[in-house]
Amino acid sequence: MTNAILPEVEKYIAGQILKQPGRKIAVDEPLISSGLIDSFSLMDLALFVEDTFGVRIEDTELDSNTFDNLAQLAALIESRKA
Amino acid sequence: MTTFTERLSAIYSRTPEQVAITLQFSGRDDLQLTYEQLLRGAERYARTLEREGIQPGEVVVLILQHGEDLVTSFWGTILQGSIPSIMPFLTEKLSPERYKADLSALISITKPSAIVTYPEFEEEVRAALQEGDSVRSVIVTDRIEPASEVDFASLQGMRRKSGDIVLLQHSSGTTGLQKGVALSHQAVFNQLNSYSKSLSITDRDVVVSWLPLYHDMGLIAGFLMPVLSGIPLVLMSPFDWVRAPYKLFQAISKYCGTLTWLPNFAYNFCAQKIRDRHIDGVDLSSLRAVINCSEPVRWESHVAFYERFKDHGLKMEALQTSYAMAENVFGVTQSQLGSIPVVDEIDREAFMTERVAKSPLDGRPSMQMMSSGQPLENVRVKVIDEDGKELPDRVIGEIALKSDCMLTGYFNRPDLTEKAFHEGWYLTGDYGYISNCEVFVSGRKKDMIIVGGKNVYPQDLEALTYEVPGVHAGRSVAFGLFDEAQGTEDVVVIAEVDSENADEQQRIANAIRLHVTKNSAIALRYVKVVGPKWILKTSSGKTARSANKDKFLLELQQSGGI
Repeated sequence: MTNAILPEVEKYIAGQILKQPGRKIAVDEPLISSGLIDSFSLMDLALFVEDTFGVRIEDTELDSNTFDNLAQLAALIESRKA
Repeated sequence: MTTFTERLSAIYSRTPEQVAITLQFSGRDDLQLTYEQLLRGAERYARTLEREGIQPGEVVVLILQHGEDLVTSFWGTILQGSIPSIMPFLTEKLSPERYKADLSALISITKPSAIVTYPEFEEEVRAALQEGDSVRSVIVTDRIEPASEVDFASLQGMRRKSGDIVLLQHSSGTTGLQKGVALSHQAVFNQLNSYSKSLSITDRDVVVSWLPLYHDMGLIAGFLMPVLSGIPLVLMSPFDWVRAPYKLFQAISKYCGTLTWLPNFAYNFCAQKIRDRHIDGVDLSSLRAVINCSEPVRWESHVAFYERFKDHGLKMEALQTSYAMAENVFGVTQSQLGSIPVVDEIDREAFMTERVAKSPLDGRPSMQMMSSGQPLENVRVKVIDEDGKELPDRVIGEIALKSDCMLTGYFNRPDLTEKAFHEGWYLTGDYGYISNCEVFVSGRKKDMIIVGGKNVYPQDLEALTYEVPGVHAGRSVAFGLFDEAQGTEDVVVIAEVDSENADEQQRIANAIRLHVTKNSAIALRYVKVVGPKWILKTSSGKTARSANKDKFLLELQQSGGI
């Protein structure tokens, strides 16, 4: 399942947030603590995840303690879907 | 003629039990501070500053997050007669080294005598200090004087004069931190008097704000005005708001908020990102005014905001606009409460090429300009050409203003202060036009980027790119690009490198993105790395930001990017 989630989230972050559609994002590349995704984009990402995967992410979870890279985000989505 | 301390003393003796500020926190109950509690807390800081030998008229920098210590230390500094300046707190996204450099930059120009911070941050602050600099004391929040009765007569703040400087305001970044706007008691009161009048403020008003206090809109409209006017303030942290913007609406509903200020992007942000489940039962009918201020105001943003929240009691005529700047304390203009701001449909081509705002001819492309309102009663506004000559109505030029609430000067920078005025008029660096006394702001002469309500100097971002290996000094350009969906500007950085290799360019682009973001807390939207000779320079060798922006836009269009 994670295999299906990863490319979709990667595509969204590269295309919509970083505006570099072809850009590769490593699964362990820090996204939030590195400042790559700012607070406003983080909200967009959370809404995208909620709408695309039908899971809920609360605002209190929107920080690098909950997830900071693609692998962690995919795992979070997986655990919510279960 | 009065001072902050005299005003507080009067409120304190009249209504000590009235709630002054309700502080909201994430995951904690609201904390209500009456004037008595607020001033008792403030007095502890005033006594501490005295203990440390800080003299009235000296600058005290506050490095604190949203909370009780920030508000009490601010007023404590006032009570003691010293001059507070609030510095943004270090966030997890900003590198500590850059923060240290920014703090050193602030200290070198502003020359504060003391810094107030948390015990856990003391070490970071001390690391930014240098042998022989102005800072004599680092005051930590757990080592302040115990509470006692507030005795105004013994406070040195009572002996300040209305013409004395009362506070400093800085904008962000290395450039902004070296340019502190110094305001006098009198200037602030002149502003508050005329601004409150334009809003018809009464004691039934309640201000709700999430804006940071290191920004003029947050400091003046969302902090000083309510506290000094005896109007309740509900204050939340900007960091909580950005993760949960619906909390603003819950607070308005809970406390029957009547006034709130938002930068334009927040209209889009709230309209697009708030879930129904978070505003279930929220009632916004108490709102008299939601004031759009601090970045270009957009009619489309108002419409989106209204459509999203009208079912919660929001009235269209509650959506208002203002044009403001720290140099005028805050407000320059304010739209007429109770009616919808004037929207002017103008001919796009005439606007671009002839620099005039005229009605569109049949079928020609037009654009909608929303008025920022009329000048406050103590402010005069005019539009001038390059030679300083006043322009007629509907001709676009630089906006200049004159008032009795102007800055005393840029602190310790008489050179900058002198340059900011022309024959007694303050030159705003903004372009706009006037029509029937309504002021329309249409663009910027200065190369400032305004992103999410925050002023960013492009030269600060460009300087950061030069620190990235592979980028040479003078060979990058930063500018803002308006993003219709977000209602604010996206930040674009273009850097020229020697390599024409795509992989190498991508590697450098990644490095620029990381480095600039970590060192400015500004997220870059577009990072473009290009080969030699891409960037356009003026004949004198300077980077022409607007020409490069046009070139970037053209390439983006050609590649189908927009």
